[in-house]
Amino acid sequence: MNKARSISAMVALPIVLVLLWWVATLGNSNPFIPKPVALLTDLWETWANSRFLEHVVPSIVRLLSGLSIAIVGGIVLGVLIGSNLTVRKIMGPILEFVRAIPPPVLLPVLMMVIGIGDETKVFLIALGCLWPVLLNTVDGVRSVDPVLRDTTSSYNIGGLTRLRFFLLPAALPRIVTGVRLSLPIALILMVASEMYAATNGLGFSIIYFQRTFQNGPMWAGVVVLGLVGIIMALAFRWFERRILSWYYAQRELETSG
Amino acid sequence: MVDTQSNSDVLLSVRSMKKVYPTPGGPVEAVRDLTFDLRRGEFACIVGPSGSGKTTLLKCISGLMAPTSGEVILDGERVAGPPRNMALVFQEYGRSLYSWLRVEDNVALPLRAAGIGPAERRERVAEALEAVGLAHVPQSYPWQLSGGMQQRVAIARAVAYRPEILLMDEPFAAVDAQTRADLEDLVRSVWKKLGLTVLFVTHDIDESVYLGERVIILSSSPTVVQDDVRIDLPFERDQLETRSMKQFVVHRHHVYEQIQLAKRGFRAEDTRPVAVAQPSA
Repeated sequence: MNKARSISAMVALPIVLVLLWWVATLGNSNPFIPKPVALLTDLWETWANSRFLEHVVPSIVRLLSGLSIAIVGGIVLGVLIGSNLTVRKIMGPILEFVRAIPPPVLLPVLMMVIGIGDETKVFLIALGCLWPVLLNTVDGVRSVDPVLRDTTSSYNIGGLTRLRFFLLPAALPRIVTGVRLSLPIALILMVASEMYAATNGLGFSIIYFQRTFQNGPMWAGVVVLGLVGIIMALAFRWFERRILSWYYAQRELETSG
Repeated sequence: MVDTQSNSDVLLSVRSMKKVYPTPGGPVEAVRDLTFDLRRGEFACIVGPSGSGKTTLLKCISGLMAPTSGEVILDGERVAGPPRNMALVFQEYGRSLYSWLRVEDNVALPLRAAGIGPAERRERVAEALEAVGLAHVPQSYPWQLSGGMQQRVAIARAVAYRPEILLMDEPFAAVDAQTRADLEDLVRSVWKKLGLTVLFVTHDIDESVYLGERVIILSSSPTVVQDDVRIDLPFERDQLETRSMKQFVVHRHHVYEQIQLAKRGFRAEDTRPVAVAQPSA
């Protein structure tokens, strides 16, 4: 009952908006303005075929590769920087500098240095997604409870045991926040990188349709992009609830008690 | 008292310990000059007015913090980091347990880090949980338990580690009175059963007299030892019987008086003849 209610609350506004959109564009014959029914037809006809394999799957592979590299790199660097003052002091200025550069700006440079293949796109996604993961991991590691840290030290728990059973779990809520923030960045950089010198992918397809005046398929591509984003966010939320079950259960108990 | 004991009997020795914290507003002297010995198997309580550097003292003894000068010697060796034969129980039970680990894994983690195999680990964990009366909840998460039970988990973890000396930093200050009495008796029984040496820090005068074989009273900051009292209550203690004994009241009275003196800034080193009015020496 409660679930049905929350789902209906979630879809109510989108339905109203689509209805409004439908009514507003009923008599409109401007080919540049998308219409709901035509969009659905385009979505089905353009994307529900081999194009999905040729253009959506490669995009998702790039996105997930870049994101994985960013997560692993962000956590490793974050733990190193967060738990060591000297490393923090040395790395600080460099990190601030690199972070201040918007990743898309690097695209032309990277294409010259690394080439126009997938490596450039994956690298760009990884670079953009690194910061939220890295900075949140550093914060997470630095803000571990001092009592728990003393407990861990007093029992001589060190090395990998300390990392695995104390430091990483303690920082995990923050790390997960960092990853969640990096998801939309990954999507943006994926599309942006595919709009330059690419031969396939969602970004490539959208630009291609736009340049060949196929407005319907272009809009449908934008919708596919949105759907990829939503599915990614939902999948991540499910995963987050699983690996942080102790965290959410404890918080719920504390706020209700 | 302590000085008459032979050297081999001494497990812990705190020598002229001083701790000064550097702060932006200038150095703050938390502990001025502390010297005392703990014999093997002794149950000693440390009481002092709030802010008398009790926690600082424990952190230096446990090797989590280095004293500014002086030294701590455990079993003949100078303490430079957390010693292997020492366990620590904190006041903040909720923050000293790993929320992401089940009760049994919380107890087992120090053993795992010490390289003890899974079979022996299981055995020791079961034994320790049994000893603190928590054999029925090994699969729970700490935060699913009451405060008193969480502190029992922390005690079980210390017991399973099999230390020679157990340091407790106001362990029962955050639990309700009923639970507190149970936990006090639990600590006494664990101490008796395992032959540990216990150093129990508290701000509760009754608790210190009820639990300890000896009470070390600290002065207010900057801290020195104000008085060192041997508690000659019967070995077997009982919340009702012991607390209504004449000696209990006498000791309690004496410790209370010393604490009041300490709060007013009076210290043993200033006017020695007056302060050394011990009831039993």
